[in-house]
Amino acid sequence: MKRRDFIRKGVGVGLLSGAFPLFGGLDDVYGRPATGDYDLAAVRGGEPAAMFDRAIEAMGGISKYVKRGQKVLVKPNIGWDAPPERAANTNPDTVRRIVEQCKEAGASEVYVFDNTCNKWDRCYKNSGIEEMVKKAGGKMVPGNTESFYKEVTIPGAVNLKKAKVHKLVLESDVFINVPVLKHHSSTRISLAMKNLMGVVWDRKFYHSNNLNQCIADFLLFKKPDLNVIDGYNMMTKNGPRGVSVADVVNLKALIASSDIVAADAAATKMFGMQPSEIGHIQIAHDMKLGNMNLDELTISRQKIS
Amino acid sequence: MNYKLLKRTRVIISLLFVIATFSIFLDIYETFPNPVINAITWLQFTPSLLDFIQVATLASSGFIIVLIITFLMGRIYCSTICPLGIMQDVFAYIAKRRSKKKFFYKKKKPQTLLRFSILALTIISILTSFSVIVTLLDPYSNAGRFFTYLIRPVLILGNNALALVLQHWEIYTLHPVKLIMAPWFVFMLVTSFFLIIAYLSYKRGRLLCNTICPVGTLLGLLSKISWLKINFDSDKCTKCGHCIGVCKSECIDVKQLKIDHSRCVDCFNCLSICQESALSLGRINKNSVTNKASSATDHSRRNILATGIALITSQTVLADIKKKNTTTDDLIVNKKDFAVAPPGAIGIKRFNEICTGCGLCVTACPTQVLQPAVSEYGLKGFMQPHMDYGSGYCNFDCRGCTAICPTGALLPISIEEKQITQLGKAVFVKENCIVYTDGTDCGACSEHCPTKAVNMIPYEGNLLIPEVNQDICIGCGACEHPCPVNEPYKAIYVNGNAIHQAAQKPKEEESIGKPVEEDFPF
Repeated sequence: MKRRDFIRKGVGVGLLSGAFPLFGGLDDVYGRPATGDYDLAAVRGGEPAAMFDRAIEAMGGISKYVKRGQKVLVKPNIGWDAPPERAANTNPDTVRRIVEQCKEAGASEVYVFDNTCNKWDRCYKNSGIEEMVKKAGGKMVPGNTESFYKEVTIPGAVNLKKAKVHKLVLESDVFINVPVLKHHSSTRISLAMKNLMGVVWDRKFYHSNNLNQCIADFLLFKKPDLNVIDGYNMMTKNGPRGVSVADVVNLKALIASSDIVAADAAATKMFGMQPSEIGHIQIAHDMKLGNMNLDELTISRQKIS
Repeated sequence: MNYKLLKRTRVIISLLFVIATFSIFLDIYETFPNPVINAITWLQFTPSLLDFIQVATLASSGFIIVLIITFLMGRIYCSTICPLGIMQDVFAYIAKRRSKKKFFYKKKKPQTLLRFSILALTIISILTSFSVIVTLLDPYSNAGRFFTYLIRPVLILGNNALALVLQHWEIYTLHPVKLIMAPWFVFMLVTSFFLIIAYLSYKRGRLLCNTICPVGTLLGLLSKISWLKINFDSDKCTKCGHCIGVCKSECIDVKQLKIDHSRCVDCFNCLSICQESALSLGRINKNSVTNKASSATDHSRRNILATGIALITSQTVLADIKKKNTTTDDLIVNKKDFAVAPPGAIGIKRFNEICTGCGLCVTACPTQVLQPAVSEYGLKGFMQPHMDYGSGYCNFDCRGCTAICPTGALLPISIEEKQITQLGKAVFVKENCIVYTDGTDCGACSEHCPTKAVNMIPYEGNLLIPEVNQDICIGCGACEHPCPVNEPYKAIYVNGNAIHQAAQKPKEEESIGKPVEEDFPF
């Protein structure tokens, strides 16, 4: 009951804040390039859906990424059998809004899956994501057995030269990566790049072959078309699973960028660390897979009050 | 009385029972709620009896109902409730359909000595808590193992094949299920039991129920004095022998117009086939000829003593098998003092004494961490489930196994209790850890730990290395399972607790890693 109320409240507030005209708020206090030309959008202070709406508009609208008839893969973090308020998984409302927008942009199918850490069906259900995706017209796809994964070679990779990747990553036209902003005991922080471990079958290989290098290597195979980091609730410690709601703060933030390294760098700063402290961000930056120097990017900063 | 209808009713009820029991073992999509599973296993004799010995409650009184029914009408349990019995009827039915013999069964002498010896052995093994005998002989548990270790894998394979086909049309209503086979020894043993039982029932109907099965023998004793019995009317009988030809228990003696009620399983085949109405179900009247009690009980008493003594002297073989500490390539072999018993077991000794290894919890476990033991517990725990952290780990928010155990070997516990029940303690072996051996980040153990008993602390340079706080560890194996080092050199493993302990609750500290004050720190 509690969880459902939580979600319902979230939806309600989300719809309400979305109803206000955009220019009425504290839109883009720094006000630089025209809407749609930003490299990165950061939004604070709103409900999940409203923050995504703001961010995607600054990034040129969903239609810049999703064309009519295309198949879209939305990849949230659904790794844990935990309710939304624990922030171990991506906020279901953020996922719902993204799926809705993709459908509105004319996507023929919107698929959602994760190769979960806990038992997959419990994660799908208890994260609240399954229900929201179905409501929004998306399709939940399992990723629990090896039969869903196809082996690919990754030229230029230092350690991850081969990987078994979920077939939806290979078959979809558009790839939207939707991680949650959280602490992580191994990599310090889990963001967009780390979230891509959930499209690969064998995670043990990562752990036994220099985790940070493998995370960066994967980008040589595939970079998502869009990364949306959900920081509505942020797990500050005991990540990536978390122990209780005491690990969570209501940050009310969302970051979007097509540059996965930049998105991770911005979220790291919001977490209170520097991108250079995070092994895989530094490696990916050095491998020129993205830019972690945020001063070199155009950023839309918006605050919803 | 319309005996054809009676027989048909018996067949229908027995099929309903066997299908229901079958379904809870084959429920690969976890659709049955726990109370339904409990209701279906409620009347299973041995589990219910064992449960009653533990906790005398209404929920464990199913066997009393069975006893009452037996007093009233004889071995109805054997013909309509016992899944192994009904399974044998299926084989017998096929055999009879395929046979051209006019009289399929013949009258056979009872194996009195053998059956009462086995009953005595079983009773003694219950009294002395040597449950492996019960495990091997209990009909429900044997049927359970056929379902769990033989039929379920076939179903999963079929499901996975179908799911794969449906995937092509992007239909995901069916999804593949992880298939974990039982250890080969268990698999081979269960397979050979299955083949033997199938063969015996194909050839000789309910022979097994009347020679080996201790429940059959016990209920047979009671049915000798049951209120209603099948009787001959000597005036009507033409000694045509049709009843003998359909009697799966081979217990009708037409020459003397006697029925061995201790072997009769109340299938009612004879009643429905007798055209002269010479056979009837009722109280004994003067026209009927009853079977006198044989001297079997005396024999059995003697045998109880003999087998008892033999059993007690043979009880010294129950020591745990321990592995030696050896090193290969500088890695240290994991040394587990005890296997890990499932939640609700209270302790290994207690658990080993009660569990009959029916496999219901193995099928109910969503993460498939529960697997049948071969030598993990020693002989005493053969085929009983243990926490196999190679195949999975215990889901923090699940207590499924404790809620459905029909024997009370796993007692029901609340989720709050379960989350602080320490099944074992995590042991960190630094020398085996990737962080130590390779000098790279790993932390898979700490990621999965639900209580953060495994925490990452600063190590050389920028690296972090695991540290275990055993006080808050519950031994769920979420650290051991994902550890990328191969068995038996895991860098972190769970050493079982002989008796489950209470773990401390993880501290809920105030948030330390506060986010930056600025709205946009970039």
